[in-house]
Amino acid sequence: MTEARNIPDRPGRVAPPGPAVRHAAGQVLWPILALAAILAVAGIVSPGFYDIRIVEGRLFGNLIDILYRAVPTAMVALGMAVVIGTRGVDLSVGAIAAIVGAIIAWRIQAGDPHGLVLVWALAAAALCGVWNGALVAGLGIQPIVATLILMVSGRGIGMLINLIYGGTDPSFQSPFLQGMSTGSLVYIPLRLYLFAALFVVLWLVIRRTALGLFVEATGANAAASRLAGINARAVIFVAYVICGVMAGWAGVILTADTHTSDPVSIAQYIELDAILAMVIGGGSLAGGRIHLGATVIAALVIQALTTSILISGLPPEYNLIIKALVVLFVLVLQSDKGRRDLMASLRRTPR
Amino acid sequence: MTQGAVPHDPAPQGEALSSRRGIRKAYPGVVALDAVDLDLHAGEVHALLGENGAGKSSLVKVLTGALVQDAGETRMAGRPVRFRTTADAQAAGISAVYQEVNLIPAMSVTQNLTLGKTGNRFGLISWRRARAEAQVKLARLGLTLDLDRAVDSYSVAVRQLVAIARALDDDTRVLVLDEPTASLDAGETAALFGVIRGLRDRGIAIVFITHFVNQVFEISDRITVLRNGRKVGTSPTADMTRQALIALMIGRDLGEVEAAFADRRRAAGGDVVLSARGVGCARVLAPFDLDLRAGEAVGLSGLLGSGRTELAKLVFGAIRPDCGTLSLAAGGSAGTSPGALLRAGIAICPEDRKAEGLVGELSIRENIVLSMQAKRGWLAQAPRADQARIADEMIRALAIATPDADKPVRQLSGGNQQKVVLARALASSPRILILDEPTRGIDVGAHAEILTLIRKLCAEGLALLVASSEIDEVVATSDRVVVLRDRRMVGEITGADITRERIVDMIAGTDD
Repeated sequence: MTEARNIPDRPGRVAPPGPAVRHAAGQVLWPILALAAILAVAGIVSPGFYDIRIVEGRLFGNLIDILYRAVPTAMVALGMAVVIGTRGVDLSVGAIAAIVGAIIAWRIQAGDPHGLVLVWALAAAALCGVWNGALVAGLGIQPIVATLILMVSGRGIGMLINLIYGGTDPSFQSPFLQGMSTGSLVYIPLRLYLFAALFVVLWLVIRRTALGLFVEATGANAAASRLAGINARAVIFVAYVICGVMAGWAGVILTADTHTSDPVSIAQYIELDAILAMVIGGGSLAGGRIHLGATVIAALVIQALTTSILISGLPPEYNLIIKALVVLFVLVLQSDKGRRDLMASLRRTPR
Repeated sequence: MTQGAVPHDPAPQGEALSSRRGIRKAYPGVVALDAVDLDLHAGEVHALLGENGAGKSSLVKVLTGALVQDAGETRMAGRPVRFRTTADAQAAGISAVYQEVNLIPAMSVTQNLTLGKTGNRFGLISWRRARAEAQVKLARLGLTLDLDRAVDSYSVAVRQLVAIARALDDDTRVLVLDEPTASLDAGETAALFGVIRGLRDRGIAIVFITHFVNQVFEISDRITVLRNGRKVGTSPTADMTRQALIALMIGRDLGEVEAAFADRRRAAGGDVVLSARGVGCARVLAPFDLDLRAGEAVGLSGLLGSGRTELAKLVFGAIRPDCGTLSLAAGGSAGTSPGALLRAGIAICPEDRKAEGLVGELSIRENIVLSMQAKRGWLAQAPRADQARIADEMIRALAIATPDADKPVRQLSGGNQQKVVLARALASSPRILILDEPTRGIDVGAHAEILTLIRKLCAEGLALLVASSEIDEVVATSDRVVVLRDRRMVGEITGADITRERIVDMIAGTDD
């Protein structure tokens, strides 16, 4: 905050103290620092952590692996960021991925062209988003309850679809989907291009139309937004559809990875990682600002942490606990109050 | 007296039970209470009146220790005391029943009456003892209720009594009742008044907060009126007339700016841009007819709860009318949602700036362009440069004091926030603008600026509907005044007939 910003509103009245406007750059800063710190520690603990080599025309290495594995979580987190921006939440993203996986296996077994299968899968995901949006925006059910319905039933729906075509072996062969999963172009995995394209499209929809402004206004103060003329219900509805489609893409990637439909265990707890990424990215569960870039970095933070712990050779039992501690630390660092308290206690400790 | 002269505090009989001097409470940008004195005597019902934002709730919170005053002294029976928490105040014998009855609906009468003060046995709640206590509490009010029934199975009136029973102890000396009759019908109110009189006769001082003027005259012994955080008068009820009371609540001495406007009243202007025929909504507002003309400012005057705000909201579609037709000259029948009306050229500045006006999280620029953008639709985002230009123009035109349009709007002072809400409405280039309490809670300088602006907008052909609790503001800014009483439009005054006295008489219902 520069001095110029502190000009009193009115002579004799000092502007209430508060942080300067958080520009997008400032928002990305903390997740990037966290990511850098995690990678630095990983580099010290595991020599050769940064090594990248080319195998069969494709880059390999821990850094690439982090990017590669973070893609599904990042996709879901972006959709989640939009929904949470409206002061909602979508718990059904994992279930949507399960339904998408089952649809893919079913339509491939049914002999559809694989491009068309992709369309079916994403249409199903969008339909799931429509369902969630209708419950939340149309019927006014609390988001956590409304999306819980699909979260619970979605994996069951996936299993039912598997039964439709006999269901004994829901695995499939598809060079097309396989390509999206493991293929590469100019040494770089194809799914990274896919993710970049999705990110750009979403960014354009959110920042180059007024949808982002409407989502943020609705999430921050729905009553005021309505009186300002915004159709808050439509905005909320669209947010859930966007989230459904993003979860659908994650489902496509994850299903292509295993080339089978496994509704029970696909994308398990991905909703929690997505919410976590959104929060580490500086979003608030109370709605309001959407930080797309910071959310992606935060998804990388989570994946970098998981990968580093695995590579370090620590017993896997420690994995989750260390992850939880680091996440807690990042969140404390990120909040203005948390930083102040932490600094104060650090200053107090040396006697 | 009708001119708002401050009545003298009558010489109190004996020492006050509770005495406050020079109470001050300020929030960033707003002074909620300024140099307020309040004496409460044993065995009196003391009515506390004032419009929204006058400082009633703040005063109640200071009385009960929920807020700590910035300055001022407190004495209980002559001894200076300090309350830091509600527990301090309760220990000194001050209890309160708040507007939203704070009982837990699904719990039983016993549980509600003894919550937080249950007698225990070996660390466990003794329900036998709790019921005995509950019985005693109910007996104080002469109530007999089923102790095991859930509170929400009783009527609002009974719940209100349970809340009072909960607040009362043997050593309660001051009882604050915040709008206890807000949701009671006439019979229930009478029963409640019976209970209040009983408590008064036992020597308890009762602070009775309401906006029903009739009830004040029925139950209270003394009246204190607050306006804009200041006490404007305390008087025995017997010495007060309805007119004097209303003038005290909503009167305000004409400032120079307002006086200047009052001279420049024009004949009602151009074409009808909006007409309401028999528009109303059950339990909200009786059906009314209203025409708005281009270039005309119509004031809505009435006490709090008279239907002032509701009329504005009905016209804007924020409350859905259940009868009548609203038609717009420009686009036939008006839609029903705020969005549809905005596209038809109607914008609103709501009464409750925090809850319904500002989006505090967003920047000043984003707040200003919000309605304009809603009108364009989500696909046609105004380019960033245009947004900045519109915001800067508005900041300049309305003299919003900020160094930068990208500052979060919640960091502005009250008056500047109000201007941002107004700027948002104006940026959508409306033909009809509805202002609900445009000068609520803002300082004198900004007040004058906003009134100036209202007149200027009118001169430019905008049709204005202004609801205000400040009678002189209505007098100064309106070409026509619609007066409301008890959720009903009771009359319309135009031109030279618009005077403070005439409006007060109509509100008091003494003109017919």
